[in-house]
Amino acid sequence: MKKIFAEFSKGIFRENPIFVIVLGLCPTLAVSTSLENAVGMGIAATFVLVASNTIISGIKGVVPHKIRIPCFIVVIASFVTIVELVMAGYAPLLAKRLGIFVPLIVVNCIIMGRAEAFASRNNILPSIMDGLGMGLGFTLALCSVALIREILGSGKLFGHIIVKGFDPVNIMVLAPGALLTLGVLIAATNLIKNRGN
Amino acid sequence: MKGRLVVSVSPHLRKKENIPWIMWMVFAALIPSGIVGIYTFGPASLWLILISILSAVLSEAFILALRRKKVTIFDGSAALTGLLLAYNLPPEAPLWIPAAGSFFAIVFAKQVFGGLGRNIFNPALAGRAFLIISWPTYMTDFAKPFTYPDAVTAATPLGLFKNAGMDIHAMGLNYMDLLLGRRGGCIGEVAVLALAVGALLLLVLRIISLHIPLSFIFAAGLLSWLFPAQGFAKGDPIFAVLSGGVILGAFFMATDYSTSPLTRKGQLIFGAGCGLLTFIIRRWGGYPEGVSFSILIMNAFVPLIDRYVRPPVYGRRDGSGAKAKTVP
Repeated sequence: MKKIFAEFSKGIFRENPIFVIVLGLCPTLAVSTSLENAVGMGIAATFVLVASNTIISGIKGVVPHKIRIPCFIVVIASFVTIVELVMAGYAPLLAKRLGIFVPLIVVNCIIMGRAEAFASRNNILPSIMDGLGMGLGFTLALCSVALIREILGSGKLFGHIIVKGFDPVNIMVLAPGALLTLGVLIAATNLIKNRGN
Repeated sequence: MKGRLVVSVSPHLRKKENIPWIMWMVFAALIPSGIVGIYTFGPASLWLILISILSAVLSEAFILALRRKKVTIFDGSAALTGLLLAYNLPPEAPLWIPAAGSFFAIVFAKQVFGGLGRNIFNPALAGRAFLIISWPTYMTDFAKPFTYPDAVTAATPLGLFKNAGMDIHAMGLNYMDLLLGRRGGCIGEVAVLALAVGALLLLVLRIISLHIPLSFIFAAGLLSWLFPAQGFAKGDPIFAVLSGGVILGAFFMATDYSTSPLTRKGQLIFGAGCGLLTFIIRRWGGYPEGVSFSILIMNAFVPLIDRYVRPPVYGRRDGSGAKAKTVP
């Protein structure tokens, strides 16, 4: 039981997919302009991650080693299509704002990376916990980037103005702002990690 | 006597120049232009300059303390960054603008890369780029020259040239106005003659060489003369060189040691590249002036230039040193 929990908790900080493994930077840089987008993206990616980890762990004995990557992609793409259609049906505004980055979850390195590095070598339960932990870690990291960018870049939080008379730092909603924020947060992560050692 | 005997390898020659001496000399060389700028635009400019320097020095002290390094704020490098940033601001910008810009320049453009001498991009210009992208309205809002009530307009000559297609006579200016700084523009860029005095001091002290400034100015002027908006070889190179930040950029910012090439040939390429990019941005870019962005872009090419432009290896006559493999 303790081991199962460890598979879950490692993704949140110690092996955080964005800040420590530095994977999945494309959605991190692109959709972290507002907290709402980040939460939506995080939930979508977590669902795909958990579902694909489960299936891939289940079929690992059947899939021939040489064609495992295409097989993983078929599984992942199926779940991404589900997410895409559900989001278009029930959260059309969010789907519109996330745009191309919803179908692009297929090529999110975190999902592919967990399938290859974890789910294809472990049993179903640890794979589910790994997917949940990594998904939560991705969501939290994405939200912390988005929190900083939305407050500084547009002076808002979840779309509501929080400080009146604040001149937003335009650069923070543009691409350089994403890279700056990510760099500072990775530096902070390293600082905390090194202090622990 | 013990402890005073230093055993070291050659060369044993020593010069009196050190980092603080060079930094404070460049600082001193910039002062005349600042005085003319304050005289032209009024006391608000003085506050901008002071806050910019103070913010740069405090940011430097803060980060050095955070990195547990010796706090070397009196070496003049941070103060110089602050001064140069202020010289690149419009004279009536809000007072928090230089504070934010200097903080960004020191923290993100200088200390993040490892501090003095390790930065890839000129910190003052990176600070300016940060400001112009973040708060374009404040950064492009130019005040009327304060002491010249008959000055025609608040817009910069380059802005008028680009957006209204006016030439220097239509603006009611002449070349003397441009030399003396009787025009709209950034605080430290308008006083061309005062900048020339400072540049002369640096040249005499051999702190800077003419390679970068001359190739920069020559390339920008030549291209503006050859390719005006209409016709061929009908442009106004003197206007192009004197009206924006070319003089300030060419002599004081492109020549920054840590962000410019090491060899003379490399410096000529670097300067010419700055001039070319300045011309391109002014002609086709979104901004009327392109000096700061062109220097920043060329900064990124400095490692490449230094890699391919190597001096001949000492002792070879055929000049094949550049091709010789010097690194084992």
